[in-house]
Amino acid sequence: MSIKAKFRFQTCRGFDSMPALHPVRPADERDLIDAITQAAERGQSLQVLGGGSKAAIGAPTDARRLDMTGFCGVVDYDPPELVLTVRPGTPLSEVKAVVASANQMLAFDPFDHGAIFGVGGGAATIGGVVAAGVSGSQRLSCGAARDHLLGFRAVSGRGEAFIAGGKVVKNVTGYDLPKLAAGSWGRLFALTEITLKVLPRPQMAATYVIAGQTPEQAVKAMALAVGSRAEVAAAAYRPASRTDLSLTALRLQGFAPSVTARGAMLTAVLSGYGNVDVLAEGEADAFWQNLHTLGSLGGDRPLWRVNVPPSHGPQIVRSVQTAVADWMFDWAGGLVWLATDADHKFVRDAAASCGGHAILVRAPETVRKDVPAFQPLSAGVAALEARVRQAFDPKGVFATGRF
Amino acid sequence: MSLKMPVPDEAVLARRNDIVAALRKIVPGEGTIDDAERLRAYESDGLTAYRQPPMVVVLPETTEQVSAVLAWCYANRVKAVPRGSGTSLSGGALPLADGVLLGLSKFKRVLHIDYDDCIAVVQPGVTNLAITHAVEGRGFYYAPDPSSQIACSIGGNVAENSGGVHCLKYGLTTNNVLGCEIVMMDGEILRLGGSQLDPAGLDLLGIVVGSEGLLGVVTEVTVRIRPKPEMARALLIGFSSVESAGKCVADVIAAGIIPAGMEMMDRLAIHAAEAFVHVGYPLDVEALLIVELDGVAAECDFLVGEVQRIAQANGAVSLRISADDAERNAIWAGRKAAFPAVGRLAPDYYCMDGTIPRRRLPEVLERMKMLSQHYGLGVANVFHAGDGNLHPLILYDANRPGELDRAEAFGSDILRFCVEVGGVLTGEHGVGVEKRDLMPVMFSEVDLQQQQRVKCAFDPELLLNPGKVFPKLHRCAELGRVHVHQGKVPFPDLPRF
Ligand SMILES: Cc1cc2nc3c(=O)[nH]c(=O)nc-3n(C[C@H](O)[C@H](O)[C@H](O)COP(=O)(O)OP(=O)(O)OC[C@H]3O[C@@H](n4cnc5c(N)ncnc54)[C@H](O)[C@@H]3O)c2cc1C
Repeated sequence: MSIKAKFRFQTCRGFDSMPALHPVRPADERDLIDAITQAAERGQSLQVLGGGSKAAIGAPTDARRLDMTGFCGVVDYDPPELVLTVRPGTPLSEVKAVVASANQMLAFDPFDHGAIFGVGGGAATIGGVVAAGVSGSQRLSCGAARDHLLGFRAVSGRGEAFIAGGKVVKNVTGYDLPKLAAGSWGRLFALTEITLKVLPRPQMAATYVIAGQTPEQAVKAMALAVGSRAEVAAAAYRPASRTDLSLTALRLQGFAPSVTARGAMLTAVLSGYGNVDVLAEGEADAFWQNLHTLGSLGGDRPLWRVNVPPSHGPQIVRSVQTAVADWMFDWAGGLVWLATDADHKFVRDAAASCGGHAILVRAPETVRKDVPAFQPLSAGVAALEARVRQAFDPKGVFATGRF
Repeated sequence: MSLKMPVPDEAVLARRNDIVAALRKIVPGEGTIDDAERLRAYESDGLTAYRQPPMVVVLPETTEQVSAVLAWCYANRVKAVPRGSGTSLSGGALPLADGVLLGLSKFKRVLHIDYDDCIAVVQPGVTNLAITHAVEGRGFYYAPDPSSQIACSIGGNVAENSGGVHCLKYGLTTNNVLGCEIVMMDGEILRLGGSQLDPAGLDLLGIVVGSEGLLGVVTEVTVRIRPKPEMARALLIGFSSVESAGKCVADVIAAGIIPAGMEMMDRLAIHAAEAFVHVGYPLDVEALLIVELDGVAAECDFLVGEVQRIAQANGAVSLRISADDAERNAIWAGRKAAFPAVGRLAPDYYCMDGTIPRRRLPEVLERMKMLSQHYGLGVANVFHAGDGNLHPLILYDANRPGELDRAEAFGSDILRFCVEVGGVLTGEHGVGVEKRDLMPVMFSEVDLQQQQRVKCAFDPELLLNPGKVFPKLHRCAELGRVHVHQGKVPFPDLPRF
């Protein structure tokens, strides 16, 4: 039943676009253990990289690159089981194509950060998006990478290969280490195999929009929609520009009769908020795509990913109003993509005052040298995090100073 | 009772009076219990074959009290076992003779509800169903629904990462929790996660969920609430073979349908349930499937048609579709009563909880049949078919010498086979003491040591709920040594407890 055989030949990437810092590119687990053990013995550190699409996040580091693209290919894929086991260096685009061929999807909606850094697409690997906890607009309804990572195999900073989690969709055996792996940014171990939950691809999608709302009105409308029975898959807001009105967008997806019925329901729920229109397919695709490429947030200003409870989105953008800023809401207001010259302390305080946090995604090296990518944690949680890192990596092989 | 708990520390037992007095200072009056009679109420959880009255029970009411109790225990090297409602089926809340049982039953308040952000902040002793009750007036509910939901606490759900019949579509506890406050064994109070979707650093909340009370005591939980679906409809489908029922399940999912629930029962379970609740289950079938679809009416109607078509294509021999909620409830009544119904077939039953890749179902059931003959004990099967989570119910009589041991051995063989076919030891009930000694079937010594190092990062003295989950006790200092290679375990003769 497994369709593994069908996908044996994949476009696993060779080594190309990386600078010549003598990266190490293990071909198998044995090589990887050797590389890590050697680094540990010499007191060196390694930065784990997939395609390098997110290499410009975090403080600049000259740690030796550990290129994981040698771990490539689908190991097992059985669509009716909703489970895909894949090596982490497999290109994201490849994985998406494989699951699409069985009418399925990675429901956490991962995307390639290449466009955000202006280096083109195609570099992102599945291991990279999982380790970075990348999830797109659909995270609102379907969860994040952490919710879809069922199990993994990895080599720790101790140079030991180990497994955690499982290869079935429901499992509570032992600690849920996959949760730690998603969003670990290569700070705990190097993944060599990952098992993901996949889900059926919706038969159709429709994007309903209201034009001309203020951020406050938009967040209120999105909350109402998300709290309704219309089962909103994604909810985002693009503010007004010199040429266009603002746009509040709500995506419904599923089986056609259901989407139609929920569309009518949504229109009724939002009737007090303005005219509800349906975007043409091409326009809708462009709208959601823009939330992955962030084309409208270009320029040289530092780019932040601010995570707050959705109702606090407007407070974030109001608080940076004095600075020049471009921004968008995703996740019904719970994710603010913010490109601003505002001082980093200002952005982080604003996020913290809403109970959230801000990740510095894109900034010149000079800024990233001093401003950490992640919002500093409370002392107690930071100490716990440090102990957990030590549990996997006592010698700091993966402590590159990047985060 | 093949499992052994750590040998009680005589020195601690000798200090019992002082310990009780010290705890009473922190949690005065009725909140500290030390008389033998009342301690017995806490001697076991849902895994009733294992009993052990605790040294003392404390029932604090505030996070500060929890913190003070744990800090005192930490300073005095006394073990602590957290307990919610005591419904764990794996012995996670089994007390220790030389330990403090820390009950969270007085943490009963719903603290805050925000319908715009779709969150509820609750204390850990609030029952799973009480969260839904608190928000249903506004059309919301809390999705994970363990069958024990009227009794089990949200703190226990977090500790066990509990599921329910609807978790295929709506996720387990971990997918529905955004943040929590925990008290560490040394008394430190920490907040993990928050009310936003992504965590700020490592997903520490993610490992606390499902940690079976070994990493910290949960004193507050922020959960996501959802709008209640407009309606639900159920199909009751009979098949003349387990294979065709299994094929039907796979075809439903292959058609892109994720039902709200998809349950299977085998012949013995069907007959037991029907004899108990009389809801008209067909008795001439080998497998019965309940498929529930929820959402807007248009979706339910459409999908009922699709599932019906798929069922017929797979040779369904009987098919009933609920016309209204009363009929839907009747269809579910038999499944929901399956455990007590099977319980009527024998004096005792033992509920197992492995997960398998669904495609291996026929051979797993075949193996169970063989094992059933081998051990001379009956087994009935109810099955969360959508996600491959099996609940074999082994029938035995604890009063017959040796039967409990045979039931346990039978259960262990089933779980071993689950792992052999690519599955896992537990899908939702947790490892606890019950599956502790089976952990090496699924994980190597290196894998387990890595998990224990995480434990050490939270609780370096191993005072919080020891004797659960891990088959071997390794001191943290020993685990901290670098480069322990596979096969070369330090202290191979360290006692198993
Ligand atoms: C009839 C019946 C049906 C069941 N059905 C299901 C089902 O469908 N799905 C399912 O998943 N489970 C089911 N269970 C198992 C059980 O109900 C769940 O595991 C539940 O989450 C346990 O909650 P509790 O409050 O009873 O926890 P307890 O049994 O008191 O404790 C369970 C574990 O959690 C720890 N713990 C409890 N509270 C805390 C806290 N505040 N902080 C830290 N640790 C804590 C304990 O130390 C222990 O390890 C069922 C049990 C029964 C008896």
